[in-house]
Amino acid sequence: MFDYNFHWRPVMKSLPDLLEASLLTLQVAVLAMILGIIIGLCLALIRLNMRGPLRWIASTWVELARNTPALFQLFFFGFGLGAFGLHLSPYMIVLAGLTFNCAGYLAENFRGGFQAVPDTQIRASRSLGMNAWQAYTRIVIPQVFRIVYHPITNQMVWAVLMSSLGMLVGFRELSGETQFFASRTFRIFEYFAVTAVIYYVIVKLILGASRLLATRLFRY
Amino acid sequence: MEPTVSFFSGFAPKDLLFLGEAALRTMWISVLSISIGTLLGVVFGWILYEGKWAAALTVAPILDIFRSVPLIIQLVLFYNFAPIVGLNLDPFASGVVILTIYTASLVANVARGGIEAVEPPMRRAARSLGMSYWQDLRHVVLPIGGRAVFPAWVGVALGVMKDSALVSVLGYVELLKASQILITRTQEPFLILSIAGAFYFALSYPISRYAASLERKWAQ
Repeated sequence: MFDYNFHWRPVMKSLPDLLEASLLTLQVAVLAMILGIIIGLCLALIRLNMRGPLRWIASTWVELARNTPALFQLFFFGFGLGAFGLHLSPYMIVLAGLTFNCAGYLAENFRGGFQAVPDTQIRASRSLGMNAWQAYTRIVIPQVFRIVYHPITNQMVWAVLMSSLGMLVGFRELSGETQFFASRTFRIFEYFAVTAVIYYVIVKLILGASRLLATRLFRY
Repeated sequence: MEPTVSFFSGFAPKDLLFLGEAALRTMWISVLSISIGTLLGVVFGWILYEGKWAAALTVAPILDIFRSVPLIIQLVLFYNFAPIVGLNLDPFASGVVILTIYTASLVANVARGGIEAVEPPMRRAARSLGMSYWQDLRHVVLPIGGRAVFPAWVGVALGVMKDSALVSVLGYVELLKASQILITRTQEPFLILSIAGAFYFALSYPISRYAASLERKWAQ
């Protein structure tokens, strides 16, 4: 049944390269999440509080990000923008694609979070003499943060998993690097098996760190 | 008549048909994987709920792997693993197998949540009315729990439909792969990607809106 010889040595030899590439994966995922959180927050606030073209743009962004495949979004930033003479580097393609996607998904989470905080609380804090900024940053945001903490963690995991699509646009993060080595040695199965393990470990580390952080943050 | 140089030089109406057929293939592989995966997932969910610690030690970690490794890695890994054990699967079959397991791993959690959503007193009441265990599951837990997690299930199903774009790495010509083929021939990336995106959007958006409206209706 098994007339296939597994060769793990080449994989072990390039393991340092793979681990270095996984740092790149983490880097692009974290950057995309930071940008995604900022943009997603803006999109959610625009959709909740504004009318007119700005709201239309925000809604379109969210619906497009949520209703098309992430790979399609990457291709769009990769090849689609090329039609306008805008050529992004593979790193920028993945970063832009992930940010676009994360911002769209996070915006919906934030919107749900904001809607979960009753209006009366804002009015109460305003009547206590807080200005709008204080009311938002001291009353609303802390509560919203608790609600969206778990979805943000999930989105972070998704960002790491999604960054593997970089391999299809020539970005040499963990998956791209794996494919590069695999196609040089033809030990495709071995390489991708090790990469799968690395991804699993990264995801578990993120979830563990998030749980640890949650016990520190939400003690009271 | 003087032949005019058209802006859409390479793109002919019959290419639209080509994309349409590819969209049908996307739908076919999605429908197949989602329906089998959902059935499997519900069984897994039930095992997770009833199995207690035994399931937490066996089924749960295995399902967890499929959620923690990027789908694209799973696809490449399985596609290259199948021949090792003597299976000769074409890209479509490999895609269906992995997408099905992937769906099942996501639906399992949803299904367990659905069973947990039915409160024990209600189930005890059903049993004390003379229903058997299976009657209770079929006539009490399924309608009530199913309703509670239906929106989550729609989210999973739409996610899998979008993720089916990744089967293109194995060479299965679904919508995104078809658009890539057309881009290579016509050099019209923006137009063709827009059409492909519109197809995905048209598949996904109405369903997500319908699910959201159902959720609102049931919440009342």
